[in-house]
Amino acid sequence: MAEATTPLMVDLDPATVPLEDIDVSQRELWSQNKKYPFFKRLRDEAPVHYCKDSEFGPYWSVTRFEDIMEVEQNWQSFSSDPTIVIQDPEEDFELPMFIAMDPPKHDEQRKTVQGVVAPRNLQNLEGTIRSRVQTILDDLPIGEQFNWVDRVSIELTTQMLATLFDFPFEDRRKLTRWSDVATGGPETGIVESEEQRREELYECLAYFTRLWQEREGTQEGTDLISMLAHGEATKNMDPQEYLGNLVLLIVGGNDTTRNSITGGVIALNENPGEYAKLRNNPKVIPNMVSEIIRWVTPLAHMRRTAVKDYVLNGQQIKAGDKVVMWYASGNRDERVLDRPDEFIIDRARARQHLSFGFGIHRCMGNRLAEMQLRILWEEIQKRFHKIEMVGEPERIPSNFVHGFSDLQVVLHPH
Amino acid sequence: MPKITYIEHDGTEHQVDAEVGTTVMNAALDNLVPGIDADCGGECSCATCHVMVDKSWMSKVGKPSEAEESMLDLNPERVENSRLSCQIPVTDELDGLVVNLPEFQF
Repeated sequence: MAEATTPLMVDLDPATVPLEDIDVSQRELWSQNKKYPFFKRLRDEAPVHYCKDSEFGPYWSVTRFEDIMEVEQNWQSFSSDPTIVIQDPEEDFELPMFIAMDPPKHDEQRKTVQGVVAPRNLQNLEGTIRSRVQTILDDLPIGEQFNWVDRVSIELTTQMLATLFDFPFEDRRKLTRWSDVATGGPETGIVESEEQRREELYECLAYFTRLWQEREGTQEGTDLISMLAHGEATKNMDPQEYLGNLVLLIVGGNDTTRNSITGGVIALNENPGEYAKLRNNPKVIPNMVSEIIRWVTPLAHMRRTAVKDYVLNGQQIKAGDKVVMWYASGNRDERVLDRPDEFIIDRARARQHLSFGFGIHRCMGNRLAEMQLRILWEEIQKRFHKIEMVGEPERIPSNFVHGFSDLQVVLHPH
Repeated sequence: MPKITYIEHDGTEHQVDAEVGTTVMNAALDNLVPGIDADCGGECSCATCHVMVDKSWMSKVGKPSEAEESMLDLNPERVENSRLSCQIPVTDELDGLVVNLPEFQF
């Protein structure tokens, strides 16, 4: 890992720091939630910005909505290979997965599995999700402080994931653990060493390989593992590629919605007027769900690698350069959004946010995410007058997974 | 102004007057026709404005571009007459156009 020579951003004034010194990738900006003024400065003064040195090497930041859209659309110039995160892959531990591939292989593998989260299938899942949400909410302590992240956000998304994989239900917290390990190295405190991380990911592979072997001999099931085991484009994947795609599906279904569930509670507590609107009009819930997903932006960025020279908003990007699309910034772009820093549950055109990405890599689980959040808030409103946030949330020190590890709350029933 | 008819999955019909120069997507949004999400706002980048063009209109509406093709291709419910309505400009030639809306947008 290269020694960062840039100063620590959190100690600097975002209004006066020289533009060339700005490095929005620093973890402290994310764990202390101090990144937004730096992003505003970049949007206003250097919307396509080159950071010449960082923990992750040199990289371009793309911070405006329209510029991000331009990069998303042009997969011929901006490749998703070899990875879609700012951190480069370990040379001796590559995890191929279809989100980090370009057409045509990306399209073939994605098509194999996307049916499981397509709206037609989701109709059949609605009853299951609702009854699980009801059980989770009915088991919560009343009038007593607890961690919402663990009891609700993680529990609900992990149960959902276990359902989609047809994964042994009693072992479902392994999925949570593997998701955390996949996105966090030793520097986040989730594991002690890179060796431990790999060991745990190989346990994940071994577990899922057993499930694969059980299912490849049987009739094609409707769970994700059966689909991978029987799909033309995926049935001959090597173990590392199987692990890569598992990680993609686990993280995609877990880290994202988990943080939208937590972030929604925070946003409503910080905006009591909006909480009142919700109480008076539960019909606003579908629109609020989109606004939560925008406001939280559970994945802060996606990275591309330029494969040809390209001029983006006046800046010359060279083939080989690392290009980071900061969704967390584009979703606050005042050029496209009215009052972007405000949380407005009845916002017009709330669906027009960047959190799911755009173009061929657009989130395939978007409708499932929206459905889980919608059902959760419908059931919350039936039970509780308020989910009161007590104290400040604890944030994950990551510039990719944009979320929370702890949110203490007290429930107040109707 | 050209008239466009949108038929929802349940058969409900909406006839709207569309201005020349707008798109079939925007004409639906402007007239509050349900069933088109248009998450990307008309950039051919989300495929949530999917429509099925009435077969008799296919030759006048034309074929999708390469970029539209790559988005449509990822929709498991794509059919032969599928188009993204943001990519169909409204012209006088399309007066009377009929498009069917899918049960789900993706």
